[in-house]
Amino acid sequence: MLKTQELTLNLGPHHPSTHGVFRCVLNLEGEYITKAVNHIGYLHRGLEKLAESRTYTQFIPYNGRLDYVAGMLNEWGYVMAVEKLLGITEEIPERAEYIRVIVGELQRLASHAIYFASMALDVAGATAWFYGFRDRDEILDVLEMVSGQRLMHNYMRIGGVAADLPDGFEEKVRALLDKLPACIEEYEGILIGNEIFKARTIGVAPVSKEMALDYGFTGPNLRASGVDYDLRRDEPYSVYDRFKFNVPVRQGGDTYDRVLIRIEEMKESVKIIEQALKDLPDGPIMAKVPKVIKPPVGEVYSRIENAKGHLGFHIVSDGSTKPYRTRIYSPCFVNVGIFPEMAKGLHLMDAVVALASLDIVLGEIDR
Amino acid sequence: MEKSFFINVADALRNWLTNSLGFSATATDLITTAIWTLVVILFILMNLIVLVWLERKFSAFFQQRRGPNRLGPAGFLQFPVDIVKVLGKEDIIPAAADKRVFKIASTTLFITALLAWAVIPLGDGVILKDMNIGLFYFIAIGSTSTISFLMGGFASNNKYSLIGGMRTVAQMISYEIPMVFSLLGVVMMVGSLKLSDIVAAQKNIWFIIPQLVAFVVYFISTVAETNRGPFDLAEGEQELVAGYFTEYSGIRYAIWMIAEYGNLVAVSIIASIMFLGGWNAPFGLTFIPPFIWLLLKIYFMIFLFMWVKWTYPRIRIDHLMHFGWKFLIPVSLANILVTGIGIYVYRMITG
Repeated sequence: MLKTQELTLNLGPHHPSTHGVFRCVLNLEGEYITKAVNHIGYLHRGLEKLAESRTYTQFIPYNGRLDYVAGMLNEWGYVMAVEKLLGITEEIPERAEYIRVIVGELQRLASHAIYFASMALDVAGATAWFYGFRDRDEILDVLEMVSGQRLMHNYMRIGGVAADLPDGFEEKVRALLDKLPACIEEYEGILIGNEIFKARTIGVAPVSKEMALDYGFTGPNLRASGVDYDLRRDEPYSVYDRFKFNVPVRQGGDTYDRVLIRIEEMKESVKIIEQALKDLPDGPIMAKVPKVIKPPVGEVYSRIENAKGHLGFHIVSDGSTKPYRTRIYSPCFVNVGIFPEMAKGLHLMDAVVALASLDIVLGEIDR
Repeated sequence: MEKSFFINVADALRNWLTNSLGFSATATDLITTAIWTLVVILFILMNLIVLVWLERKFSAFFQQRRGPNRLGPAGFLQFPVDIVKVLGKEDIIPAAADKRVFKIASTTLFITALLAWAVIPLGDGVILKDMNIGLFYFIAIGSTSTISFLMGGFASNNKYSLIGGMRTVAQMISYEIPMVFSLLGVVMMVGSLKLSDIVAAQKNIWFIIPQLVAFVVYFISTVAETNRGPFDLAEGEQELVAGYFTEYSGIRYAIWMIAEYGNLVAVSIIASIMFLGGWNAPFGLTFIPPFIWLLLKIYFMIFLFMWVKWTYPRIRIDHLMHFGWKFLIPVSLANILVTGIGIYVYRMITG
C-alpha cells in the first residue's frame, strides 16, 4: 500500500488568484481539498474606526476604498444612510436621484465586467479577460466625465451629487449603451458557451437555496441559488420603482449560474440606464443641506443593492458632527464565509474558480 | 533532383576539411557534427526570436490590443531587450531547494530538446543523422523531457512546483501514448520510420488527407506535450502560480522558455513532415525552395498552437486525463485499425 501524506498549502496571500490579500490554508489530499480555513485581514485599514473620527461628509471618499471596483455604489449606500439619519430622504432632488441611478448602474456594469474578466482569468482565459477590461474601461471613461476620477469617484454628496452631468454625457452614455449588448454577446461567445468553460463550472461548488440563506448570501450569488430577491425591486430606494427591469434568477447555484446571473444582470442594467436617461428631469442636483451636518441623536440602518449584494451601513449618531459608531455590513465579507465549506472535496483548480465566482473584493472584506 | 543549397555547402566544407586541411574522416565528421549542432542551436534561437515576438503579437491580436510596438519596427526589438532584462535578473535559488538538481533541471530539458533535433530534417538530406529509426528516436528522446519537469518541480522545494511537476508527469506520459499511436498510421502507410522516406512518400498526396483523424489526435496530444494552453496544467498560473518553474528566475527561467519553444518548433516540424508533406511543394510551386516550404508549414502549425492557446480556458487535470485515456487513445487505436484494413484492401485491389 502506498503511503500518502496530506499537504498543507497556503493559497495566498501572495497567490495570484487570491487578489494578493486573501489567505486560505488548504489541506490537500493529492489535489483534492479536505479542509480549508480562511484568513483575512491583510488589507485591514480600520475604515469603520476612521469614520468615527471624521465628519459625515469627510467619510464619503473613504467608501470608494471599500469595494474599489464599485466605488460609486458604496458612496451611494453611505450617503443614503446619512440622509436617512438626517430625515431628508424625501427632499433629494429628482434629477440627483436619476443621476445616481445612472452612474450607479454604470458602476454595476463596470463591476460585473471586471467580475467576468477575473473569472475568465481564473480559468486561464486570458483573452476573455481583456474583453471584460475593454468594456470596463469605456464605462470608466464615462464615470470619469462626471467625477473626474476613474476609481475613487467621490461624486455622491449628502443631499445629492457633487456636480451636474457634463456636456456630452448623455450622448456618450447612449453610444455606450448601443455598444454594450454586443459586447455582452461577445462574452457569451468567447467564454460562457465554451465547452471547456462549461466543464470547469457546471456543477462546480453548488450552493443550495438553504445553504445560501444560512450563510447570509445576498445579491447575485443569492439569486443564482434560486432566491428571487433584489432590493431594487423588493424594497425600492431612490427612484428604482419607476423603472421596468427583470430580476434574473437561476436555480442551480453552481459556479456557472453565478457567472450567468451577472451576465443577465448586465443586460438589465443597460435597460435601467436607458429608461433613466429618457426620463432624466431638469432641476437642482442638491437638496438644501446645512454646511455642517449634525444629525439628531439616534441610529439608522440603511442598505443598498451593491454589485455584489447588500451593502449596509449602521450609523449611530450622538448629535455631534461625527458619527458615534459606524458599522459596515459588506456583502463580500459574508460571501467569502462560505468558501471553507464550498472548497471541501473540490479539486484545487475548481476551488480557485469557485472563489472567483463568489466575486470577492478584499477591500470590502477587510475594511 | 538538384541538390539543396545546404548540402552543397556541407559537401564543400567536407572537401575542404579532408582534401585541403588533411583531416582524417573521423575528425571531419566530428567537426561537421559540431558545426551542425551549432547551426541547430542558432536555428532554435532564431526561431525563438521570431516566436517570442509572434506570441506577443498574436496574443495582442486575439485580445484586441496592440502588443509591443515601442522597440524597433512593430516592436521587433522587444526580444533583445527582454534578453537584457532576463540576464540582469538575480539568480535566486531557494534556501531549502535541492540545489544541484535545481540547477541542472532546466539545462537537461534544453539538452533533450536539442537531442531531438538530431533526426529532424530541415530539407531533403539536410539532417544530422537520417536514421532508419528516426521517428522512434524522436519520440523516445521527447518523452525523456518529462523527467526534467519533475526535477524542476521537485527540487524547488515549493508545493506549487511539486504539484506542477507531478501534473506534468501524469499529463505528458498519458499524452505520449495517443501521440505515438497517431503517428503509427503514417508509419504503416509508408512502411518506414525514416523521416526522409516519409516525406518522399508524400510526393503526390499529403498524409493529412488519408490520416486526418490521426492529425487531429497528434495536434491535441502535442498541445499537451508542449505544455501549452489549454493544457498548460504544469504551469497552471491560476492555481499553481507558475507550477514547476515558480522558483526559477533570470536566465534559468529563460532556459525553460527556450527549451519549450524548441520543443514547440520540433513538434511542428514533425507535424509538417508526417502530415503536411514536409518540404514537398504543393500545387507544383517548386520554384520556392523546399526549405522555405518547410518553414511555412512549421509556422502554420505554430500559428495553430498559438491560436488555440489564446482562445481557450484551461482544462481541469482529471478532465484532461479522461480525455486522453478514454477518447484520444481509443480513437487513435481505431485509426490504426482502419488504416490497416485500408492498406489491406488497397493491396488486394492493386495486387
